[in-house]
Amino acid sequence: MEQPAYQNPLRTGAIRPAELLPWLAAGSGFFLFPDYLQLGAQILIMVLFAMSLDMILGYAGIVSLGHAALFGTGAYTAGILSAHVGWSEPLSGLVIAGLVAGVVGFVCGAVILYTRGLTLLMLTLAVTILLQELANEQEHWTGGDDGLQGVVMEPLFGVFEFDLYGQTAYLYALAVLFVMFLAARAIVNSSFGQSLRGIRENERRMHAIGCPVYRQMLRAYTIAAVMAGVAGALLAQTTEFVALDVLSFERSGDVMIMLILGGTGRLYGAFIGAPLYMILQDQLAKLSPEYWLFGIGALLVATILYAPEGMLGLTERLRAWATREDS
Amino acid sequence: MSDALLEVRDLSKSFGALVVADAVSLSLRPGARHALIGPNGAGKTTLVNLITGTVEPSAGVILLDGHDITHWPQARRVKRGLARTFQINTLFRGLSVLENVCMAVSERRSLSARLWRRADARGDVIAEAMALLESVKLDEDAQRQVRELPYGRQRLVELAIALGLHPKVLLLDEPAAGVPSTESHVLLEAVEALPESIAVLMIEHDMDIVFRFAQRVTVLVSGAILTEGTPAEVGADPRVREVYLGENAELHGGRR
Repeated sequence: MEQPAYQNPLRTGAIRPAELLPWLAAGSGFFLFPDYLQLGAQILIMVLFAMSLDMILGYAGIVSLGHAALFGTGAYTAGILSAHVGWSEPLSGLVIAGLVAGVVGFVCGAVILYTRGLTLLMLTLAVTILLQELANEQEHWTGGDDGLQGVVMEPLFGVFEFDLYGQTAYLYALAVLFVMFLAARAIVNSSFGQSLRGIRENERRMHAIGCPVYRQMLRAYTIAAVMAGVAGALLAQTTEFVALDVLSFERSGDVMIMLILGGTGRLYGAFIGAPLYMILQDQLAKLSPEYWLFGIGALLVATILYAPEGMLGLTERLRAWATREDS
Repeated sequence: MSDALLEVRDLSKSFGALVVADAVSLSLRPGARHALIGPNGAGKTTLVNLITGTVEPSAGVILLDGHDITHWPQARRVKRGLARTFQINTLFRGLSVLENVCMAVSERRSLSARLWRRADARGDVIAEAMALLESVKLDEDAQRQVRELPYGRQRLVELAIALGLHPKVLLLDEPAAGVPSTESHVLLEAVEALPESIAVLMIEHDMDIVFRFAQRVTVLVSGAILTEGTPAEVGADPRVREVYLGENAELHGGRR
């Protein structure tokens, strides 16, 4: 066989050693912080949620302020399945919730993605508000303002009970995150993922090279919806409760801040941003219950000013600088 | 003219009272080298937009290889072999030069719906893109980000992306625009080295380039065709001199 003169010049999908770090951290977290596993599980869930936003924001360039709509859809689907239908097997509940969120994402995306820019932003926002109002209205199904009570989970695989310490919750969330991450990683490194990058970089040119731009964006939006729905379902299942705020504007905003803090378009940005935001929130709230938001705000301003590509972008720049010094 | 690759018949477009294309007819055979000239605002780029499908015509017919493509979406025309470049660089600036060309190659091969297989494992796509980059002498820059390249070399990427689509008909919108004349020869060489089978329509302001490149020239004024002919015929036409070349009669420069 004739060998080409270059060796895999793209190298976008090769596994780098640094990629093991977040998984080592998440794994050791289980043993190092046994008292914080409930918070840990929620962090992992938000990582998954932020990663799903990265699929559309970081890769396809779709700016959405309504990503909570899909998170909330997943949460309520899983919650209602258990509380009203009596379907309390977690894994199948998770799958159903993901599918329902995917359908909602597909239908919303089909309309929203005809628009761009501010119109698109407002439409994503409007969908969330509509869904939240619907959930508020349908008290019989959702518990309205009081939240959905009566969610119970059967033991995972019929063996592992969801305990008070959150051990099962943590490992369950970690395993689901890992599977979802593997899928997301494969997708963004595929030819499809490349074409999403193309749309983000220059939509006009993608049209001119014959790309069915709308179809690609709708695919991405639907995939992200499934992931967000799974994240929401995880929250409902591990806390055995669904509050109205799963559909709130704040949640959409939070997840976007997490992603921006960590860095967009890198998949791992979610792994930095979500823990950073949530641990900081936890600590700052203890320090000053009234003014903790100020700390988050200051961090966000500093990030935008000095590390516009997030913490990951910053480390990449530092590393590039360091290697330049070496040579 | 049934053997034409691209045929435009009485194509018109108006925005309200403003007529930007007025019953324009054009025909390109395989291997054609056709230049489209005209003063600023004559509607040259609009014509390209009409042919490629970014603008919907008000009237008229566009035939590509015998198919009526007048109302086809843009992507379908591209799949049938109609490609264009842009007057102002329209590139994936944050990606590498190689990735830019791979984008076109994998789109042509309809790979962009593939969700799972790693894009960088597609050696055939990469090899094809590298060969293309070599043909326009960009292989040295394959790994560099497009935004790091000087403008003139970015113009070559613009051309390479279009070539990655294996066009039958190629519309070049001022390929040397914005390139200093000292560097434009690289682009012109690339344009002259285009595969002979491709029919090329080139919008160009520089008469030197037109005379060097074109077999036929169409002159567009206010959206309508003033005249069409060989470069020499068009150059000798007093009406063309008046509307287009009048002010400083650059034409002699083009006779080489």
